[in-house]
Amino acid sequence: MVPFILLILIIGSVLFHLYTPWYSTPIASNWGSIDSTIELTFWMTGIVYILVLGFMTYCVVKFRNTKNRKADYEPESKKAEVILTVLTTIGVAGLLAPGLIVWDDYVSPPEEAMPIEAMGQQWYWNFRLPGEDGILGTTDARNISADNPFGMNENDPNGKDDILIEGDTLHLEHDKPVKFLLRSIDVLHNFYVPQFRAKMDLVPGMVTFYWIKPTVTGNYEILCAELCGVGHHAMRGEVQVDNANDYQDWLNDQLTFEAIQEQAMLDREEKLAFNKSN
Amino acid sequence: MSESIIPESELEEVELYHPKSWWTEKVFSQDAKLIAIQYGLTAFAIGFVALVLSWFMRIQIAFPEMAIISEGTYYQFITMHGMIMVVYLLTALFLGAFGNYLIPLMVGARDMVFPYLNMVSYWTYLVAVLVLFVSFFTPGGPTGAGWTLYPPQAILGGTPGQETGIVLMLVSLCIFIVGFTMGGLNYVITVLQARTRGMTLMRMPLTVWGIFTATVLALFAFPALFVSAVMMLFDKLLMTSFFMPALVEFGENLSYGGGSPILFQHLFWFFGHPEVYIVALPAFGIVSDLISIHARKNIFGFRMMVWAIVGIGALSFIVWAHHMYVSGMNPYFGFFFATTTLIIAVPTALKVYNWILTLWKGNIHLTIPMLFCLGFIVTFLNGGLTGLFLGNVIVDVPLSDTYFVVAHFHMVMGIAPVLVILGAIYHWYPLITGKMLHDGMGRFHFWITFVGSYLIYFPMHYLGFIGVPRRYYEMGQTEALYTSSAADLNVFITIAALAVGFAQLVFIYNVFWSAKNGKVAEKNPWKSTSLEWQTPEQPPIHGNFGKELPVVYRWAYDYSVPGAEDDFIPQDVPNEKVKLAEGYKELGVEKT
Repeated sequence: MVPFILLILIIGSVLFHLYTPWYSTPIASNWGSIDSTIELTFWMTGIVYILVLGFMTYCVVKFRNTKNRKADYEPESKKAEVILTVLTTIGVAGLLAPGLIVWDDYVSPPEEAMPIEAMGQQWYWNFRLPGEDGILGTTDARNISADNPFGMNENDPNGKDDILIEGDTLHLEHDKPVKFLLRSIDVLHNFYVPQFRAKMDLVPGMVTFYWIKPTVTGNYEILCAELCGVGHHAMRGEVQVDNANDYQDWLNDQLTFEAIQEQAMLDREEKLAFNKSN
Repeated sequence: MSESIIPESELEEVELYHPKSWWTEKVFSQDAKLIAIQYGLTAFAIGFVALVLSWFMRIQIAFPEMAIISEGTYYQFITMHGMIMVVYLLTALFLGAFGNYLIPLMVGARDMVFPYLNMVSYWTYLVAVLVLFVSFFTPGGPTGAGWTLYPPQAILGGTPGQETGIVLMLVSLCIFIVGFTMGGLNYVITVLQARTRGMTLMRMPLTVWGIFTATVLALFAFPALFVSAVMMLFDKLLMTSFFMPALVEFGENLSYGGGSPILFQHLFWFFGHPEVYIVALPAFGIVSDLISIHARKNIFGFRMMVWAIVGIGALSFIVWAHHMYVSGMNPYFGFFFATTTLIIAVPTALKVYNWILTLWKGNIHLTIPMLFCLGFIVTFLNGGLTGLFLGNVIVDVPLSDTYFVVAHFHMVMGIAPVLVILGAIYHWYPLITGKMLHDGMGRFHFWITFVGSYLIYFPMHYLGFIGVPRRYYEMGQTEALYTSSAADLNVFITIAALAVGFAQLVFIYNVFWSAKNGKVAEKNPWKSTSLEWQTPEQPPIHGNFGKELPVVYRWAYDYSVPGAEDDFIPQDVPNEKVKLAEGYKELGVEKT
């Protein structure tokens, strides 16, 4: 019975892998190389899994206790150990080398990638685009107030034309690489879109990054992937990948930091005038 | 099979402490064997709490519309489940329980070298467990920061238990580490100083090698956790900023500034990764011995096995940041830590090969301990191979923080070591109680536990592939990945988990039932060579060995030696006393 169950387990696992309805979502970014590395790892580990457990099952059948069986006395075999060490080392190197090449790519954003800030706070997402100058203005968590939720540095001219998106959908342009600059104002979060395959933590006190190139237009969900308190599971956001025209239309509707400030100033004056007239 | 000159004893034996009252004999005992049982029962009691927590979590995940527990409670349960299982159950059980029971007996000592300290170690551990347990009943409840306790979240208002739960957790960890250090120094010094004559280091059973190396790791690793716990307590109670940068809590600017959350993660995982091996190495050692004994064959490549344990132990200190690939640390660390992590796969793989090569040409008795060993190899291999996914930095990027990680670490450091613990209990129960555990209940327990756990965790990896994040109270509407079939899979996993939980109740019943009604164990029922079975009494009494300490003539793996009548030669039997098989004039040499 024992070898029989072991056999069902091995064959069942392989069949499950081949016919599973649960597998990666269709990819929507340039990180197909990550998927290929996973594929390679599956092949190598799958073969080892079948060989090792198959051999174990064979041993259980073949060398099971019978009345007159006596085990061999063989303390060690240098030859077998050397061969197995070499083979394992080669296999491991074969996984590591392609993995590191893709990692090098992952941590080297291309020059032309547009910087976009994703800012997390308990429990929603804000975004900031650099505006026409292509440069994000500086920020500081100490500047944060009801009027300045991003903590923008008001004296920094680079920040004036930054486009601020508070708690709303982020739009990206199809086929244009972006470098996400990640910032948190309270606790750790993680900016994760399963279809993009990429993720990185947001850490208060520092700016982290990763880059992608969206390759399929459509609407994707952002899932926070680092425990950030009781609302963690509800910290969702949306990314919309548009073609060039739709993206421009959306961009034209967005307000810059300067415009938002002016609007706030006007509102205040209006309120003041209203109060006075009463 | 080697024979060598037995050295004279260097020191006179020192008289042991003998208890003078019922209290000092049965409660505040200084006998390592009783301390081991105290450690074991306490660890199982708090571990059972963690098991019950997991049932609530699984029901919540499978049936979110029932909302059996609230968000806050869910996060508190995952936190307590993780921390209890890793530290208060697995560490305490392998080192405190198995270490105390087996080290003195297996190396031929009458007790640990510092029996009084050993007793204090247990009672300190008990205080740590109680402090942790009390947090369930404090205002705000236990901490819900996740077992990794990452700041700033762990001490801020958005996390449950930030009033007192987190403080009690950190204090409890500090007490645990103090208690462990007393016990740990004992285990190391006993192995180094109190071995009986002839018991060279290379004649020690792998069980002792595993526990010994794990204890050394723990003595180096736990201080990192200790300092990070102290610093976080300061951040919480004294408003220091070791781990706290300038930040905003729900619109309010706090006075923190300048600290680094990532510093905590480095300290935590500098402890946390060796911790994996603190649990794994004793399991490696024990499983090696069980396979050898129940396959009646010497462990294959003993010296390689010892060096692999030591090598893995050393390497385990330079791989910690593979838990932090997407933490925002300098991305170039990824190259270094991915390389070291994959290197550690080589000695680990060799251990797996050697276990199976021990079965090769063996005489395999499918006893319950052997079944648990086979189950261990399956789950450990599975978890080891998925480690090659997560260790390879770029593959970790999509899978990190998903259910793939949950499945991986439960397989490799949850189920695999627990199967070894259970197998070890079936193996050593006759020594400890003098009775055999009931065989039928045992086999039922094994099959449900092993197959059930596999059915829980094997499919769970695939939830990670579709991208389901871990630590989600509910998935809600996420059609792109969390389809209705994925929700069904979670129902299936929950049913399997409850079945495995039920099987543990059968096991607990068996342990108590057999202590009273079990078949009386014959002497050395598994025909083992190691010293713990060669004591004059079974179970061994205070002082372990009779008037004279045993003298060791051989390694612990003389099974099926050619020329010997029996298929095992105990370590304390010299060559000239071995009964020869018919047709042999000495061991290994046939009559001509």
